[in-house]
Amino acid sequence: MVKDAVNTAKLLFVFAIAMFGFGYALVPLYDVFCEVVGINGKTGQISESTAIAGEIDTNRLVTVEFDTNVNTALPWSFKAEQYKKQVHPGEIAEMMFVAHNTSDRAIVGRAVPSVAPAQASLFFNKTECFCFTEQVLEPGERKEMPVKFVVDAELPDKITMMTLSYTFFEVPEAERVETASKNRIIDNNKS
Amino acid sequence: MSEAVIHDDHHDHDHKPTGIGRWLFSTNHKDIGTMYMVFALIMFFIGGAMALVIRAELFQPGLQYVDPQFFNSMTTVHALVMIFGAVMPAGVGLANWMIPIMIGAPDMAMPRMNNMSFWILPFAFTLLLSTFFMQGGAPAGGWTMYPPLVLQLGDALPFLIFAVHFLGVSSIMGAINIIATVFNMRAPGMTFMRLPLFVWTWIITAFLLIASMPVLAGAVTMLLTDAYFGTSFFNAAGGGDPVLFQHIFWFFGHPEVYILVLPSFGIISQIIPTFSRKPLFGYASMVYATAAIAFLSFFVWAHHMFTVGMPLTGELFFMYATMSIAVPTGVKIFNWMATMWRGSMTFETPMLFSIGVLFMFSIGGFTGVMMGITPVDFQYHDTYFIVAHFHYVLVPGIIYGIFAGVYYWLPKWTGNMYDEKLGKLHFWTSTISVNVLFFPMHFLGLAGMPRRIPDYNVQFTDWNQVASVGGFAFGLSQLILVWVVIKCVRGGEKATDQVWEGAHGLEWTLSSPPPFHSFTTPPQVTDATAHS
Ligand SMILES: [Cu+2]
Repeated sequence: MVKDAVNTAKLLFVFAIAMFGFGYALVPLYDVFCEVVGINGKTGQISESTAIAGEIDTNRLVTVEFDTNVNTALPWSFKAEQYKKQVHPGEIAEMMFVAHNTSDRAIVGRAVPSVAPAQASLFFNKTECFCFTEQVLEPGERKEMPVKFVVDAELPDKITMMTLSYTFFEVPEAERVETASKNRIIDNNKS
Repeated sequence: MSEAVIHDDHHDHDHKPTGIGRWLFSTNHKDIGTMYMVFALIMFFIGGAMALVIRAELFQPGLQYVDPQFFNSMTTVHALVMIFGAVMPAGVGLANWMIPIMIGAPDMAMPRMNNMSFWILPFAFTLLLSTFFMQGGAPAGGWTMYPPLVLQLGDALPFLIFAVHFLGVSSIMGAINIIATVFNMRAPGMTFMRLPLFVWTWIITAFLLIASMPVLAGAVTMLLTDAYFGTSFFNAAGGGDPVLFQHIFWFFGHPEVYILVLPSFGIISQIIPTFSRKPLFGYASMVYATAAIAFLSFFVWAHHMFTVGMPLTGELFFMYATMSIAVPTGVKIFNWMATMWRGSMTFETPMLFSIGVLFMFSIGGFTGVMMGITPVDFQYHDTYFIVAHFHYVLVPGIIYGIFAGVYYWLPKWTGNMYDEKLGKLHFWTSTISVNVLFFPMHFLGLAGMPRRIPDYNVQFTDWNQVASVGGFAFGLSQLILVWVVIKCVRGGEKATDQVWEGAHGLEWTLSSPPPFHSFTTPPQVTDATAHS
């Protein structure tokens, strides 16, 4: 009786530890889920050749707005050259963003993207973005960073406007070394 | 109240240790159950005192007695103390006391682990409550510990996190012990479908605990490493996402709701048949409904976070999943009503509290369905409406269930009948005041008063004053409970073995109070001696 009870307890302990692991497994699962449904800034990335091969819908224009933010802890200024741009779905468009390090030290920054409304983000693809990698700015350096993007021609008609938003954060010292393995957003956008 | 007096009239042939060592090193399920209950009662009053600070501050608009930071600590720690210190230990205490004598086992399967899971609790709460004396104050970011706010906590952060770890370890060990006991130590003839419903609800609760508490432990561990070890699980700068915390937290948080409520459902499933003098209506459907509630509880978590910006399909899924839980819950409510139907009912205190659960848990259940409707939730989210909702579920729902159990089994534990007049007084003062306390909060929430705010617009004054009066009346009413328990422990009319005329089951075949070691030779259980 007692021996059976100990065995039951052992099994349950294993179950409890597995659930602890499950809590951690939710972290990558969450990213995968967000990417599949295209929320949380996990927009798609496609190669330039696939983007060119796609059809262009010249019958309609979609307005893409650009929103730029800098985390308060980061002494940078960060702006898009224009606040918005009209594009045909399927056409490759480009927008220049400018970051300026106003401090007297070199800083590594990372931009976290997001697209609103969420329904639109599934149809928003980037071929080139400064958010795919970390950006290093020397003291006082000003850097122009292009973003190339395509709004999918499959975009539902009811969506006529979308916003691409970036927030720049300083990358903590501890995380800079193995960027590729540590930065989950970059990993997701590459896949 | 004194722990030592509870058992001072034990039978002479009973071998039992004496002195403080009896409690410190106890491996006896009855003693450990008693310690859990006493601990829960103390925590109930500590958490209650915090609630009264909140109600005093909210009696008038403007800042009266405490500064906003301390007010926020009060709401935060009140919740943690009540959930993890009062309700859960009370449930585990009842399980410890009752499960072995309900299934005909001599004790819990792992008595030493049982001792450990209890003694972790005072330790964990010392950690948590000591934060009031620290630089930066006690946790004040809400009991849900959302980052990034919680990460701004001062020295208290690691104490909060380790307290949650210890509470998790304690309840997981308690849960494992309960399952190991019920699965392996049942008396011959005590088949699963003959188990009293309180035992059934506790098996299911225990599985919920083992499945969800480790997830909470994981979430707070991530907070800890985010704060001190440079990880970025919830830190946007490092590629993380604070909303992820909410998902992990509520993956634990919703099952936690049923961890709190299912034992109370089990208690009233014992009591209503006793005082209706009829077997429980739909025993098997009760078991399946409980299991269904527990299963569904893992697929509804995001109803706590409809406003974070979820895709429409997500909102629809979580809305329908949430509302589907109303079906098995409804099965249980109707079964209890059908049990009372044409029964020879009497209304002793345990029955009054059980009927109170039926009525007032349903109020909380209905407002829960309202909050589960996504577009409606956008209006009620983080207002006093949600405060009214979960307090109806927790106080006249869950805590009333615990009160009912205490009154029901108190004569069995002490060997003396409690004072029925005082018990009824406790019920009626509590019931009137609890409604005066929480019902106006529905109106406040619908009118737009936000929760967790020490000050408010003058238009909310009237209902806040009503609620505060109800709050103090409810708090004072609980002193009657203490009085009843002390009086009953000290003496009174001797209870018979069966105690209640309509009571059936193994625990009523033992003497009142039961011997220190009971069912050392297992009883033979038949349909006639089983519950159901
Ligand atoms: Cu929930």
